[in-house]
Amino acid sequence: MSATESAQKIQAKFGDLVSAPSEFRGEISVRLADAEKIFDVCSFAKTQLGFDYLVDISSVDQYGEDPRWTVVYHLRGLGHGQELRVSTQVSEEKSELPSVFAVWRTANWHEREIYDMMGIRFTGHPDLRRILMWEGYPYFPLRKDFPLAGKPTDLPGVAFTQPAPLEGGPFVTVAGGKDSIDREPRVRNPET
Amino acid sequence: MAHVQDIEIRDSAARTALAADELQDAQGEKMVLNMGPSHPATHGVLRIVLELDGEVITKADPDIGYLHRGDEKIAENMTYTQFIPYTDRLDYLAPLASNVAYALAVEKLLGIHDKLPPRCQYIRVMCCELARISAHLLGLGAFAMDTGAVTVFLLTFTEREKIYDLAEAASGARLTTSYTRIGGLARDVPPTWCDQVRKFLQEFEVSLAESETLLTRNRIWVDRLRDLGVISKEMAIDYALSGPNLRGSGVEYDLRKAQPYLCYKDLQFDVPVGSVGDCYDRYLVRMEEMRQSMRILYQCLEKIPGGGANAAKEPVCIPDGKITLPSKLKVLSSMEELIHQFMLVTEGVNCPPGEIYFGHENPKGELGFYIHSKGGGTPYRMKIRAPSFVNLSILGELLPGCMISDVPVVLGSLDFVMGESDR
Repeated sequence: MSATESAQKIQAKFGDLVSAPSEFRGEISVRLADAEKIFDVCSFAKTQLGFDYLVDISSVDQYGEDPRWTVVYHLRGLGHGQELRVSTQVSEEKSELPSVFAVWRTANWHEREIYDMMGIRFTGHPDLRRILMWEGYPYFPLRKDFPLAGKPTDLPGVAFTQPAPLEGGPFVTVAGGKDSIDREPRVRNPET
Repeated sequence: MAHVQDIEIRDSAARTALAADELQDAQGEKMVLNMGPSHPATHGVLRIVLELDGEVITKADPDIGYLHRGDEKIAENMTYTQFIPYTDRLDYLAPLASNVAYALAVEKLLGIHDKLPPRCQYIRVMCCELARISAHLLGLGAFAMDTGAVTVFLLTFTEREKIYDLAEAASGARLTTSYTRIGGLARDVPPTWCDQVRKFLQEFEVSLAESETLLTRNRIWVDRLRDLGVISKEMAIDYALSGPNLRGSGVEYDLRKAQPYLCYKDLQFDVPVGSVGDCYDRYLVRMEEMRQSMRILYQCLEKIPGGGANAAKEPVCIPDGKITLPSKLKVLSSMEELIHQFMLVTEGVNCPPGEIYFGHENPKGELGFYIHSKGGGTPYRMKIRAPSFVNLSILGELLPGCMISDVPVVLGSLDFVMGESDR
């Protein structure tokens, strides 16, 4: 059985909620329309399809689009060697989806990191605290509207932030600019 | 003369209360002990908050992030090539391997990862295996030193020094190598490099055997490591451990075998696995991996296209002006190359939109890059799946039940590096 067939089985089980598998560079991805179902999909993939190994969970901030958050799960079955990517989208108002901690315990720290960096919450997570930043840090630094230079925080004695050496450039390029003048490294003033 | 002494006999209710008090005392109050972030056994800046009952750990809460630099945020703001130096600083014990992992990830996005020139593939494999030996040597030396066997540390560091010399000869830098480029290498290795590697391997074989005589059957070493920090097969998979920690628990999974990249499919090597999953198994797996790396390196020295001196001028970069820089001579004399050079330097390699994940068998485990591209020269989002980050997440379950003096042993056997865990 190939990863495509596994993806089709997920599609057969969950119907319209799951998109047809797409392939890019030999990797199979499916999209899940309803983030609330992510726990069910993951637990189905683990118990029925043998995806016993969760490689990674990452999140993407599609700033300016709705829904804003994309959460990406990389599944692997050590038994059959297949890999599958499942992604789902969450709106900014909601910013919440079920935790898959009960399926794979490795999800614990991945979900904490996503909460820490992007501010997406996972319901049912046993211990959703910040992990890389300190407890009480007010921002979510991997959001696209958070400036590269950082923001000052008023936590005396815990940490201080000063303008980072990279603030404003000169080698700050912007992805997806419409022409090369937009994209090439120039001095840019971060929005405050 | 009669000696009179008053004896206090409490009634039964008071006796029971007293006994309960004493029992309470015997169980002890829980004490919270802070270990790290600056502690020699935490190899960097790992902090663990331990809850102790006497000397036994009842709860452990790892606290990471002291070395967080925001590498993923930085990556979104620069071209793919500009990020290569940051990969040196992920696993700073094996920068060459991290360079290769990152370059392969971007090449996968470009769709050229299987079109690399053969000489480039062999040199990259050699770099990875040298980095593996170097990282395992540090892990072993520091592990042994934390356990009280300081001699091993001196032996392994003598050998690591030679690997640093090899890295310097190839890339120009000992630690911050940045040796790979998207689509190739910064430069070919110098003509005598292969001979230097061969000489190193011959010396290293002797030194490794010496380290092994000091440890493998050493009664103290074995007593301290056996049956400590046991990770079962199911637990290792559930926590998605990777690298020697996964294989130490008896799971035969190595990305070099499971999803062969570069020229690994042409090379013969075995994947060692443990049987119990204790600290001693993880130690044995690392020792054997170094032997297998030597085996791979010897094969590479035999098979490398162009040989050591590369008299045939085998290329080490993909001959595509839109991916790798043209030669400086041509830039100064030809219009097309000048334009290619200008576009590559200012805008970076133009990658197609799409998302890829590439996992690389790094010394510490699976170093993965998830790149979400919207096209152009910079990633829209890059997630680094750091093996140490994932491997450390098991501590909360592994440490309770251990004695406090076992903590350095368990940490040493997990062999993590905070530079990549905290990113």
